[in-house]
Amino acid sequence: MTVKQGSAAVCGKRNRDAAKGGERNEMELCFDAVSSNESFARVAVAAFVSHLDPTLEELADIKTAVSEAVTNAIIHGYENFYGYGRHGELRPAYLTVHPGKVRIRCVLEGGVLHIEVSDRGKGIEDIDRAMEPLFTTRPELERSGMGFAFMEAFMDDLEVESEPGRGTTVRMSKKMDAGAWIDSEE
Amino acid sequence: MEEFQIVDNCLMVRLPEEVDHHKAAYISAGADRMLLQEQVQHVVFDFEDTRFMDSSGIGIIMGRYKKIACFGGRVFAIHADRQIRRILTISGISKIVEIV
Repeated sequence: MTVKQGSAAVCGKRNRDAAKGGERNEMELCFDAVSSNESFARVAVAAFVSHLDPTLEELADIKTAVSEAVTNAIIHGYENFYGYGRHGELRPAYLTVHPGKVRIRCVLEGGVLHIEVSDRGKGIEDIDRAMEPLFTTRPELERSGMGFAFMEAFMDDLEVESEPGRGTTVRMSKKMDAGAWIDSEE
Repeated sequence: MEEFQIVDNCLMVRLPEEVDHHKAAYISAGADRMLLQEQVQHVVFDFEDTRFMDSSGIGIIMGRYKKIACFGGRVFAIHADRQIRRILTISGISKIVEIV
């Protein structure tokens, strides 16, 4: 079985210089639900906001939140998780890679970054339960169950919409002007 | 392998630049193999090269802690930069990991 490197389609990045305050800027990404695309997704979103001169903390926060949301879509939505074989090779934990796409939509408006990560995977049965820190439906994967907790901690706002069997959409937003609190933190 | 080294009775795990789900299984599997082979007591995670970590990294640390805690083992984090420290603190795992 081969793992296909996702075919990433980038469409419609406009208004490159949308300033902090005013203009609206939007981008959309759609890629295969495979774990090698996790780093691509978070770096792409970070690059999208780079012209706003974000602080390192802001960039790290955004990357972590995107990484959590995309990883959730891949391993829970589409159940594509990976392990390593005897010789250190990356291979899917199941024999087949479940086909599916993860979609990211980013909107910059009024100095606020809105990120929407959606999949058409299996959905979440109980969203409140899923959002509890340390709760996980897959303890055998040795993950921490901190995904949603991290998204909440690193973004200003988090909203989850899901329907079992239909998919999940995670919406988060963050104000891109954190200079003040960064200085006061230490 | 360079990533996993035995120093005295510690297993040193040198983490990659980016610790995410994609890399996590490899690190966990490698560390567990060493823990079984060599009878070490403690695990030290070296964040020297690490610039990015998400909750998968917390999972790696928690998993290793569970494996050695019952034998009196401790888990350490070294060379963690500010961002990594933040992640360790926010997740609450700093209660079981000693950040040096």
